[in-house]
Amino acid sequence: MSAFSAIGDERDVDQNEFTPGIEPQATWCPGCGDFGVLKALKGAMTELGKNPDEVLLVTGIGCSGKLSSYFDSYGYHSIHGRSLPISRAAKLANPELEVVAAGGDGDGYGIGGNHFMHSARENHDMVYIVFNNEIFGLTKGQTSPTSPKGHKSKTQPHGSAKDPIRPLSMSLSAGSSYIARTAAVNPRQAKEILVEAFEHDGFAHIDFLTQCPTWNKDAKQYVPYTDVQDADEFDFDLGDRRGAGDVMYEAETRLADGEVLTGRFYQDDRPSYGQEKRRTGEMPEQPLAERYFDDDYDWERSADLMHRHR
Amino acid sequence: MTNDELLWRIAGGSGDGIDSTSKNFAKALMRSGLNIFTHRHYPSRIRGGHTYVEVRAAQHEVKSRGDGYNFLLALGDSFARNPQEDAYYGNEEVKPLTENLDELREGGVIVYDEGLLGDDDLADLQERAEENNWHVYPLDLRGLAREHGREVMRNTAGVGATAALLGMDLAPIEELMEERMSGEILEQNLEILEIAKSEVESREFTHDLRMPDAGAGHDEQQVLVSGSTAIAYGSIDEGCRFISGYPMTPWTDVFTIMSQNLPEFGGIAEQVEDEIAAAALAIGASHAGAKAMSGSSGGGFALMSEPLGLAEIAETPLVLVEAMRAGPSTGMPTKPEQGDLEHVLYTSQGDSNRVVFAPGTAEEAYEQTRWAFQLAYDYHIPAIVLYDQKLGGELKNVDESVFDREPNPSLGSVLTEAELADAPHHASGKFERYRHDGDGGVSPRSIPGQENGRFLVTGNEHNPSGHISEDPDNRIAQMDRRMEKLTSIRATLDGAETSNQTIYPPEAEGEDRTYGLMTFGSQQGTVEEAVEKLAESGYSVKALGVSDLLPYPEADVRSFLDSVDHCLVVEMNASAQLRGLTQKELGDVGSKLSSLLKYNGNPFEPEEIAAEFETHVEGVGDEPSKNTKFVPAAGD
Repeated sequence: MSAFSAIGDERDVDQNEFTPGIEPQATWCPGCGDFGVLKALKGAMTELGKNPDEVLLVTGIGCSGKLSSYFDSYGYHSIHGRSLPISRAAKLANPELEVVAAGGDGDGYGIGGNHFMHSARENHDMVYIVFNNEIFGLTKGQTSPTSPKGHKSKTQPHGSAKDPIRPLSMSLSAGSSYIARTAAVNPRQAKEILVEAFEHDGFAHIDFLTQCPTWNKDAKQYVPYTDVQDADEFDFDLGDRRGAGDVMYEAETRLADGEVLTGRFYQDDRPSYGQEKRRTGEMPEQPLAERYFDDDYDWERSADLMHRHR
Repeated sequence: MTNDELLWRIAGGSGDGIDSTSKNFAKALMRSGLNIFTHRHYPSRIRGGHTYVEVRAAQHEVKSRGDGYNFLLALGDSFARNPQEDAYYGNEEVKPLTENLDELREGGVIVYDEGLLGDDDLADLQERAEENNWHVYPLDLRGLAREHGREVMRNTAGVGATAALLGMDLAPIEELMEERMSGEILEQNLEILEIAKSEVESREFTHDLRMPDAGAGHDEQQVLVSGSTAIAYGSIDEGCRFISGYPMTPWTDVFTIMSQNLPEFGGIAEQVEDEIAAAALAIGASHAGAKAMSGSSGGGFALMSEPLGLAEIAETPLVLVEAMRAGPSTGMPTKPEQGDLEHVLYTSQGDSNRVVFAPGTAEEAYEQTRWAFQLAYDYHIPAIVLYDQKLGGELKNVDESVFDREPNPSLGSVLTEAELADAPHHASGKFERYRHDGDGGVSPRSIPGQENGRFLVTGNEHNPSGHISEDPDNRIAQMDRRMEKLTSIRATLDGAETSNQTIYPPEAEGEDRTYGLMTFGSQQGTVEEAVEKLAESGYSVKALGVSDLLPYPEADVRSFLDSVDHCLVVEMNASAQLRGLTQKELGDVGSKLSSLLKYNGNPFEPEEIAAEFETHVEGVGDEPSKNTKFVPAAGD
């Protein structure tokens, strides 16, 4: 019998279950895109029939990091840029958990960029949501890794001399097996993409455009948006890296000009990291976390290794 | 020259098989009934550079490197580039011979590979040999190896020559070779071993040194283990089945041992992108219900500072190991030092809330690693095992029964789902995982996936259900509860059957002595041997090896210092960190503590400590050594 009965619980779930019984007052500004992520996540989890107790949401630092305060599940509001290494280890220790990591563009593409690359490469079976508002919000409006070239802020008073990160292209070359971009102003698409991302067996990266009405006023509300799946201009196969790369390049380039391209950009079905590790014999078939609750397990001892040292 | 102990030093370049050869040699001597202690000296490079391993063997107990040594097998560095006198680093080919001569005892034996080292290289060897009564036996190890096998087997030829000169039976060596090799490689090695032995036996011996008599041998089955092995095995016996890490000398040994064993035991080992990730993964795995560890050495551990602080405030159980090497920065990657004590005690923002152990021996490394896991999971606190290149790499024979112990896979203070159903929950629905009224500071946790267990972890200060809170009363309650865990842990350790602090000689516990020597970690055995030497010279002296560094063992250290008039604190760093810590913790002992410091990349030798004690504390004996530094007590 599992020590974790919330996992695989088959009952119907109401969207309200992901809202705390007494909801902490959100610290997000009125009109903030982060509300859109919260709503889409609650919707996706409800559609997937997840029990809040089988979900682990690990967040970074910034406005986006507060997501775990307003979404009722097991939450881990960690440190800046480190949501991915914490969450992927939780998934390894208990692969039956539904694991999602979230953070901002500075968190994921800046300070945590190394973890982003390697988590994508390893293709952990989890969802990673990046709240991309092209600004540092909580620290009050500094230029971020996705801010457009020329962006002026208190710390770049003469305008940023740097080209922005290309998050979709970076994700593709790093090895994410599901890559999409959606926007807070497009709640229906956002929820659909999240559902797909959770159903996908591998590292699903969603670049989630979240408008910042306070610190990025002169930027945009990310409207109007175009879904690349619906646009005649783009005809590409999601499994074709080269084709996907071209569309990503367009989406990233045109965003700076105010044109918002969203949708699914890439998906492949290579085995997840957990599957690969089990194949090589470096991960147990049963969740490691269950073993500590199994009173009958015969634990191995170092005494079994002594023949090597005699 | 006495024959009561052999100090056999095999020297060559990295890649010349020094490590594996010395390990087999040490094991053969252990099997023949001797006690063993090894000491490694090596450079930070893959090929070439002066490397040696010293195998100390005696019928009596040995717990340190010795004073100098008495047998040199100098292979020469076969990987040396540009072996010229005027090259930047000099003639590296001959360094495994020349660099070792200063420490060779009078009457010592030298075997060198004359196939590699020609007369031109040897300059004043003959002259120095005459002055010091050394007995030199050149042998063409390379030629012999090439003729009967392959050049890399010249170390085997050297062992054959050693056996001849020491009157040693080849059987245990051959037995080990048969266990480890097969086919042509085995046949060639056995042949080379035998031929080298007979070749040397046909010569006339001028030396007196022989293999020490093993006497009755060991009472029980012995195993040859390193401190790194003991740390890994302690972890395994505590049910640790998750390790994450990034390679860095010398921590890599523990990481490697765990990575090689965990898959077989249904565990998971992760080599990740950097040490920040390594510590964060261990936190994630621990949070999700596995017993997990990570570790590194100086620079890598510095990267773990922020996750370490997260584990403190989040109260996620975490075990880290830190293998010190000489710093600052990259420092001397393969050389031992104890300069990271303060780093490990205080790194990360805010007040330190962690446990730090510094084991002094392989046995203590096993025991204290087990303690680290128990305290980390019972008290939801990071626990760190601090050691160094010396303890990690040195081999020692230990009773096999030390490891014949019950496993402890307990996750510590965790609620079951049945308990969670009745546990206090906030009106919002969240489990109150961080209640103010925790027992001994501990508020039990739940594991993701457990029904009714959901709560929020945050690196921010938080209220009982985990939500961010900056309320002053809550802040005080949470800080006090977390800090109370250190008090509870101190009481647990003080109440244990045996203290982690080691008094030497054991019978000196509770007795007054004029002098005390105090140290921590890997220098413990060396200090104990120094105490034996000083006692033989008539001094009233005893030693204390401190292992608990946080929470500090105030009662143990105070009672030791009360029983001596003066205490010399021996440590391998330049700023007297253990002494500083002791003064901070005990407050009024500064006038009693002087320091003997060493930070030249080499660990202390017992005689060195005894001699410096006499020079500085007693004011008799030799001039002060240039290799160590004495700092007098406050007020002196």
